[in-house]
Amino acid sequence: MLTGVVFNIQKYSIHDGPGIRTTVFLKGCPLRCQWCHNPEGQSPDPEIALWPSRCLQECRECVSVCDRAALSKSDSLVFLDKNNCDLCGTCADVCPSRAIEIAGRRLSVGEVMEEVEKDLMFHDESGGGVTFSGGEPLMQPEFLQALLEESKKKGIHTTVDTCGFSRPDILDKICDSVDLFLYDLKVMDDRKHRQFTGGSNKAVLENLRRLDKQGKDVIVRIPVIPGVNDEEKDIEEMIGFLRSLENLRLLSLLPYHDLGKEKYRRFTLPYMVGNIQPPAGELIEKIKKRLESSGFEVTTGG
Amino acid sequence: MNERIKKLRQESVSIKPYISSERAILVTRFYKNTASQVLSAPLKRALAFKHLLENKEIYIGQGELIVGERGPSPKATPTYPEITCHSLQDLDILNSREKTSFKVNGETRRIFEEEIIPFWEGQTVREKIFNSMTQEWIDAYEAGVFTEFMEQRAPGHTVLDDKIYSKGFSDFKEDIEKNLASLDYFIDPEAFRKSEQLKAMAVAADALIAYAERHAKEARQLAKREKDTLRKKELQKIADACSHVPKNAPRDFWEALQYYWFVHLGVIIELNTWDSFNPGRLDQHLYPFYKKGIEEGTLSKEKARELLQAFWVKFNNQPAPPKVGVTAEESATYTDFCLINLGGVKPDGSDAVNELTFLILDVVEEMRIVQPSSAVQVSKKNPDRFVKRAIQIVKTGFGQPSFFNTEAIIQEMLRQGKSLEDARQGGASGCIEAGIFGKENYNLTGYFNLPKVLEITLNNGLDPRTGKKIGLETGDPRRFSSFEELFQAFRNQVRYFLDIKVRGNNVIERIFAEYLPTPFLSLLINDCIAKGKDYHDGGARYNNSYIQGVGLGTVTDCLASLRFNVFDRRLISMEQVIEALKKNFEGYEALRQKFLNKTPKYGNDDDYADSLLKDVFEAFYAGVNGRPNTKGGCYRINLLPTTVHIYFGKMTGATPDGRKASEPLSEGISPVQGADRFGPTAVIKSAAKVDHLRTGGTLLNQKFTPQLLADEEGIDKLCHLIRAYFKMDGHHLQFNVVTADTLREAQRHPEKYRDMIVRVAGYSDYFVDLSVDLQNEIIRRTEHQAF
Repeated sequence: MLTGVVFNIQKYSIHDGPGIRTTVFLKGCPLRCQWCHNPEGQSPDPEIALWPSRCLQECRECVSVCDRAALSKSDSLVFLDKNNCDLCGTCADVCPSRAIEIAGRRLSVGEVMEEVEKDLMFHDESGGGVTFSGGEPLMQPEFLQALLEESKKKGIHTTVDTCGFSRPDILDKICDSVDLFLYDLKVMDDRKHRQFTGGSNKAVLENLRRLDKQGKDVIVRIPVIPGVNDEEKDIEEMIGFLRSLENLRLLSLLPYHDLGKEKYRRFTLPYMVGNIQPPAGELIEKIKKRLESSGFEVTTGG
Repeated sequence: MNERIKKLRQESVSIKPYISSERAILVTRFYKNTASQVLSAPLKRALAFKHLLENKEIYIGQGELIVGERGPSPKATPTYPEITCHSLQDLDILNSREKTSFKVNGETRRIFEEEIIPFWEGQTVREKIFNSMTQEWIDAYEAGVFTEFMEQRAPGHTVLDDKIYSKGFSDFKEDIEKNLASLDYFIDPEAFRKSEQLKAMAVAADALIAYAERHAKEARQLAKREKDTLRKKELQKIADACSHVPKNAPRDFWEALQYYWFVHLGVIIELNTWDSFNPGRLDQHLYPFYKKGIEEGTLSKEKARELLQAFWVKFNNQPAPPKVGVTAEESATYTDFCLINLGGVKPDGSDAVNELTFLILDVVEEMRIVQPSSAVQVSKKNPDRFVKRAIQIVKTGFGQPSFFNTEAIIQEMLRQGKSLEDARQGGASGCIEAGIFGKENYNLTGYFNLPKVLEITLNNGLDPRTGKKIGLETGDPRRFSSFEELFQAFRNQVRYFLDIKVRGNNVIERIFAEYLPTPFLSLLINDCIAKGKDYHDGGARYNNSYIQGVGLGTVTDCLASLRFNVFDRRLISMEQVIEALKKNFEGYEALRQKFLNKTPKYGNDDDYADSLLKDVFEAFYAGVNGRPNTKGGCYRINLLPTTVHIYFGKMTGATPDGRKASEPLSEGISPVQGADRFGPTAVIKSAAKVDHLRTGGTLLNQKFTPQLLADEEGIDKLCHLIRAYFKMDGHHLQFNVVTADTLREAQRHPEKYRDMIVRVAGYSDYFVDLSVDLQNEIIRRTEHQAF
């Protein structure tokens, strides 16, 4: 049975494509964008999340069930030694207060579809559907393909939210089952792209051009990250590329926010981006106007 | 909002409610001086009503356009000593309690002490009711198993239809005369009884006409003295209107509003009816007057807006009659639940939304006051722009309007055997109660504490709070070998307490019918005139008595927890659960957390829990629905709490869903506060598993953060969410759009948030007026974040 690792299924998603959507977050991402607000989506494996504030002082159930001694507790705080942990998830199962949770569960296509189909009423009513996001959904190509095909078989509108960093043949395989791509475009300068995301944008740009040529519905989503891609030069370079596409019409600006910061602590991951402030409203407005003047339809937020 | 309305609104919002002794004095003196042995109850009540209207003070405020007050001035709040006579201690509590207080001055207190209390002691309906109840009833009532609506307020729960807009009270009198003339004393043994009732109704009709005329006279005098020519003209118009209506059918928009207002005053002066007497489908009733006025050029949109706003203020001037004891706790609010319905369908089934619907929505948004409350009836035939306009108002964060499903209401009514045409003219009133406007007595009789009944079941008939045996011995739960056995015990216990409740209510209904008929209200509700029968005695075309189930979410989660942890997974024994509950989870925190976090909960579209909700629903429904009442109708269920889930929570010990003793129960059919983890679609799916169409209304509350409605897209999608719920036959949905942080800030600095209105339970109220428990409960209700 085909399975994949899913770290969340979000209901009433209202900013991930048309209508009311059910967003399935697939775990694993080839990039390491410093501003990533879903850091739990980066590693392809399940991960342990700790919520110290939920932890019960007297309780030691997690420590006592762990046969690899990966957990210890002192001063009513639980510590996880990642090197000893084999991600079996027993500690998360026994924790009464959800102070330990496991992000990423291996689910079958049928299990995911069962959750998605619970929302059919809302999809139908609103012109919504399912969105596959991540992480990077293309990192689990067979699983994604099966989910998309199953969705199409059931008449559910499909959206894929991707960073575009993928082999072109993988993209080709799923293309027919995708109604809409939400396609991230971060920064045109490849040096900067490598610096801030850990990967080159070459494949990203090529894949976008490829989808555009095929006439696929694409909304390009641009995260606006102060100090990374918010200068005039960045925007102009981007416009240059976007205008060279034949069909692209829709853009969406995603202003950086630091709501993901808390998550880094929970997963004991380093927060790379430091203390960036969310971009000012005027800046977003200015970029929006500039993009609109180049002939694009632009929304913000999402 | 123009200066006049601003001033009237400000006055209404800022004056503190106070107890007026006017009504108490008038009614006491009337009864003192009317010792006649040959006056029937209806006639005596009609004469008392007449005496009140002939002698009460007339108030016409500066700048007012719609006139008439229940008391001598705005926010003056009368008492109804014939039903419940407030003791000095009651008055002191009203005066000093922190929330929903009523000022009582020394003079009022003295009058109560010297005149009112000595006369009524031992003579009130309230005392009659308590003296007529069985010991089982008293025990259950005192334990917090149920409440009784009628113990200090008269039956009400009815709404006006369109009849007053085409008929004057002189027309009603003509109908009465005809009926009197056609009474057949040879074959109808009720003929005399009917004639007494009809004569009483005629007296009441004349009393209201004369009362309006007193306003006309006062307005004329004020006009004479008025220097300002514009105001002079207004006062003359007021005088003309008051001479014309309610005697005759209204001629224009202004008179239509003034007419309704006199009728409203008549109802709330006659008795302290529970609750929500209101004009109902206001956009429908007023539209012909609006259209005619605009077409003829005698009314502008702005004038209509101003008149509506002036009308709104009048509702806000009348705080709910002062309640004490349990009744104050079950409904701790100044609001008297007038719920104006907008939209829906016309009697022929077509889309009823019109231009006036939108104008009234503007008024709701601009006025931002707790009374009257507003509801939009959403029919599949109504345009989306109507729903979205309502959402824009919800977004401003004062809990209004609420959303009702027209098609569900119609099906609920049809299932009860009502006609399609009547059903289409019905709607929601009070909090969420569905009924036929102008033709039905759909009386709410009391709340029923489902989790408490489970608690008593888990203690084999004992109330652990008092140690008293008040329930059935349904068996020692530690010996139950299956969940089914436990559920059967619970079902039997529910039935036992429902029997007590229904028996008590059948007595109470008769007490009101025999001792306190209501000839004025009877004029307004079909078919009281035609039948020659009082509203309290089955005169209405449809007569339903409702029992309101409370704590559905809590009891479902409790049962899910017992089934999951004790019977299915065998993680813990029943004995241990009972021990942990007895200790209020002290020393059992890990277990409590497991109950809270690792146990299936209602509200997550998970059939494990949701199927138990359906089982509880069926058990409750089977114990109530279809049992005959004393008015020719029967008992039915609805699912709403007002504020009783706080009181019931206080009366209920720790529960197996992880709730500690005294904490609030869940409200309406909403999930337990914080138990829903998958957002609004999952809540809606779970809630739609209740068979709404077999109820007379259900209440579902959702709390949204402002971000979720920040843009057009958010509003669009909420509109779809509402439509989807209604496609699944959901009855009602309401939203609080305010952040938990804002609410906490308001708790800390109430002075800065005096005007912050939130949705409580089928109605909105000032947040700072709510009890701290209720405030906390609202903060805890799941706040759906933007995703």
